[in-house]
Amino acid sequence: MTVAMRHLSAPDLTPVHTEQVRDVLTRPSLSYWQDAWIRLKANRRALVSLWIVVGLLVFTLIGPLMWRVDPATQDLDQLSQPPGVDRTATLVAPPVTWSGEALTDEEATGLRAIGRADTQAVRLHWDPMPEATGGYRVYRNLFPVGPEKAYGLPLLMNMEKTWYEDRLDLRPTTYYYSVAPLDESGEHAGEVQTIELNLNRVITIDEARKRGLIGDEETPAPGATVELKLHPLGTDYLGRDLFARLMHGAQVSLFIGMVAPMLFVAFGILYGATAGFIGGAVDAVMMRFADFVVALPFLLFMILFKFIFQVEAGESGIMPMLVALVILSWPATSRLVRGQILQIREEGYIGASRLLGAKTNYLILRHMIPNTMGVILVTLTFAVPSAIFTEAFLSFIGMGVAPPTPSWGSMCNEGIKTMLTTPHELIFPAVLISITVLAFNLLGDGLRDALDARMRSRE
Amino acid sequence: MLRYTFYRLIQGFITVWFIATATFTAMHMIPGDPLTSEKAMTAEIRANLEAKYGLDKPVGEQYLIYLKNIASGDFGISFTQKNREVNDIIREHFPVSATLGLLAILFAATGGVLFGALTALFRNRAPDYAIMFFVILGISVPGFVVAALGQLSLVNINAFLGFTVLPVGGWGTVAHMILPAMVLGLGTMAYLTRLMRSSMLEIVNSDFIRTARAKGLPATRVFSKHQLRNASLPVVTVLGPAIAGITTGGFVVEYVFAIPGLGRYFVQAVQQTDYTVIMGTTVFYGAFLVFMVIAVDLVYGFIDPRVRLK
Repeated sequence: MTVAMRHLSAPDLTPVHTEQVRDVLTRPSLSYWQDAWIRLKANRRALVSLWIVVGLLVFTLIGPLMWRVDPATQDLDQLSQPPGVDRTATLVAPPVTWSGEALTDEEATGLRAIGRADTQAVRLHWDPMPEATGGYRVYRNLFPVGPEKAYGLPLLMNMEKTWYEDRLDLRPTTYYYSVAPLDESGEHAGEVQTIELNLNRVITIDEARKRGLIGDEETPAPGATVELKLHPLGTDYLGRDLFARLMHGAQVSLFIGMVAPMLFVAFGILYGATAGFIGGAVDAVMMRFADFVVALPFLLFMILFKFIFQVEAGESGIMPMLVALVILSWPATSRLVRGQILQIREEGYIGASRLLGAKTNYLILRHMIPNTMGVILVTLTFAVPSAIFTEAFLSFIGMGVAPPTPSWGSMCNEGIKTMLTTPHELIFPAVLISITVLAFNLLGDGLRDALDARMRSRE
Repeated sequence: MLRYTFYRLIQGFITVWFIATATFTAMHMIPGDPLTSEKAMTAEIRANLEAKYGLDKPVGEQYLIYLKNIASGDFGISFTQKNREVNDIIREHFPVSATLGLLAILFAATGGVLFGALTALFRNRAPDYAIMFFVILGISVPGFVVAALGQLSLVNINAFLGFTVLPVGGWGTVAHMILPAMVLGLGTMAYLTRLMRSSMLEIVNSDFIRTARAKGLPATRVFSKHQLRNASLPVVTVLGPAIAGITTGGFVVEYVFAIPGLGRYFVQAVQQTDYTVIMGTTVFYGAFLVFMVIAVDLVYGFIDPRVRLK
């Protein structure tokens, strides 16, 4: 038997390549921050909040560059103007004095308006009332008189004549005029007549030229209309552009809301870390001092600080508030950081690292700081809304930033005075404060869940 | 317990002393002195006034006099309202603030426990989401906005119904207190609801609840007797800080609703730079808050004996 010999060449002698199929049980290793970022991205609420915060920053920093309106300039034609109202004004001739004449041919009886009722003048005329032995009183109100018999502002007291011209601070809105007959003692003597008037916005040609609404050469006829300046969100009670004020107010509110927490958290870290590292008697004394600062009534002392710094005329009062916030708010962070440091110091990996020959500096930089960073970041996020709240609260009671510097809190303070007639002046800053605080709170919740397994909220 | 009480009280007194010292230091850092605002004053009148208020003495001596006066409960005489003692001002205005604050706390605590229990009971269902939505709103909307909106809606309700349901401002009757107290307690209530909810959910999984169920107790009894009772414990702990929050929140509510409380008076005193009133009210409020927190802690020690061991 002969065995067939095959000729073997070098490639035949190479080992057969075997493909080993194994279950791969590892995933690419993630750093703490990558892991946290993935968790945060999975949290819809936190992500939306993050975008809102980014949007707010754009609104604050880039907004004033786009909308170049000075927040202190007054537009006297549009005081307390709600957003989205018709901005057209009719040009009229300068006002002429009126003495109630040429009225008898009117067919209407009772209380009526003579001629056009506009923001230049409202001319009222009424029939003599027999019970008016002591003359008449004219009232003006922005609301319907209603069952409470709220007639509003008394304009004319105990006058004998049966006509009245109102030229007092008229706005393009609906007014309710009432005329009451009076007896000799000045009391209402009979039925009060009320009329509802819708006022048109008018502007005299001279004024329009002065405000730059029509050119110097143009001579439009009375009755033509002009467009007043655009205020997208309306104006406040002094005619200042609300949109511009909201953006500049955001700069103040967010500056205090973000810079103050950064400063006091930084100080708190230094203080807490020092106390935690040194330990012993120094630690005890430092922490007792922190306890006392915590016990100080916070807002009371914020107000006291405002008093100490004595904001001069022309200053904004932002810096005193910042300093006061830092002085009073650091202990919470320092306690937290000290606790963390004490805890981490006892961890096994610190001991292991030390056994391997790590120096103190390395331990601090490589282990201590990165491991406290998460907690610190969460504290920082929650400190922002409370700082914004504090600023708003102080500005609201008039103890914060000094006018005319706008801040959301001081805008609310101004808005609350006109909230019945023009609520937009209160609502816009209030909504912005609420959204900002909400966004930072939800972002804080998300960060806490993402960064710190121990503090994770149970939901 | 006695030792603990004693320790806490000593700590409280030291804190009040610290507050008094901080206030004194703060007031002496202000440029000028209390008499600067007085118009056209001859040197003799000034010297007389300084002698009267003790301003001619060295700072150290002033400090000792100040501490002695505080220890004897004498806060001095108002600088702007002559012949009015700071004690009188506190005696007159503090009860108003305290009544308002007490009502607000009651409202916040009952509401917080109730709504917190409801959210836990209806976990991840419509009532839970609805309540939690309002809780988030309550935490995010500043107190003065709530106050303003509350007043605004009250005006509209009164106008709509044609008669006065509740007065929109002022002080005097119970009707005056209802809305301000609700507004004042709202933020704390939102916070307590959140706390109560998480505490309820934590307790659901604890051993004693399982034991109670295993013994065959009806679900309602487990809920009311075991879960609710134990879950309300943490609410007591935060009542101390809540009192502080509500007291200062009172500044705004008193301002918006025109209530003659001490908070509004304090703000007014700061605006008028009324030195003695500012110092007096700060120390008074500070002492009040410190001892309220201690009182709450001690009460908690009675309710939950574990705290005493710490």
